[in-house]
Amino acid sequence: MRELSLNILDIITNSVEAEATRVILVIEEWQTRNLLRVRIRDNGRGMSDDLMSRVLDPFVTTRTTRSVGMGLSLFRQIALSTDGDLVLQSALGVGTTVTVDLRLNHLNRPPLGRISDTVVNLAIGALDVHFYYIHHTESGRMIFDSFRLFGYMEETGCGLYQTIVPMKEKIQRQLKAIHSSAL
Amino acid sequence: MKTLEDLRAIKEKAKKEMAAREKTAKYRISVAMGTCGIAAGARTVMSAMLDEISKRNVENAMISQTGCLGYCDQEPMVQVTGPDNNTITYGKVTAEIARRIVSEHVLGDAVVSSYVFKQG
Repeated sequence: MRELSLNILDIITNSVEAEATRVILVIEEWQTRNLLRVRIRDNGRGMSDDLMSRVLDPFVTTRTTRSVGMGLSLFRQIALSTDGDLVLQSALGVGTTVTVDLRLNHLNRPPLGRISDTVVNLAIGALDVHFYYIHHTESGRMIFDSFRLFGYMEETGCGLYQTIVPMKEKIQRQLKAIHSSAL
Repeated sequence: MKTLEDLRAIKEKAKKEMAAREKTAKYRISVAMGTCGIAAGARTVMSAMLDEISKRNVENAMISQTGCLGYCDQEPMVQVTGPDNNTITYGKVTAEIARRIVSEHVLGDAVVSSYVFKQG
């Protein structure tokens, strides 16, 4: 995948399919530590120890439509190629946390890309899920809460689909404000 | 500033409106968002569809995302289910084709036949 925001979309889509009602995406970007950390935490059905031990194998999936499950292994490969790693924590009935560390200034690190598209499309495409997106940099922090879409609808009287462009633009503006240099 | 409880109440209201819309929606659109779909450009397709639906103020359709449909070589894929429950599956959809699906199929009731992968 060309952008990390696509890998993130892929992992959160797994959370939605695991019947999560709450997904928290935290991105930490620390220039001084040369670290880009992506953490996705959900309250979905979680995984057994057995499945968790096999799930990073690209030839393991819980789906029935195909015999490969590339998402996690692909993200892990990207992390490893930047001298980082992917760590999974999961408990049945509790949820799953995926933590991916990448070296921020490594040549192999793909750009974050259009994270606003990932977050807003997810919020619209899976209305039952409450999404939080928190982004930290050394210059500050931004928070997006998918409930804001509904607040915006109430305030402006517009329909759900009319909230998409203003919400994406708002996220982009907030991201710009906490970045001294573009990702 | 609204509290979380305020927003939760507004969300419930919006969800009820969306549920009512789902019942009356003539067309239900699903964009396949498996790893294969995302890698092939499904997010761009979803964004283009949402943009077109918003711009044209489409009232008779619901859009959601779904997982891999099992035809990875045909990604990005879009399914449109009509009032008769007949599902048209489009394959190798681009942003431009996605916009045509909204304007021609959803608004004009005319299937964009050159991009149909599967019917029924």
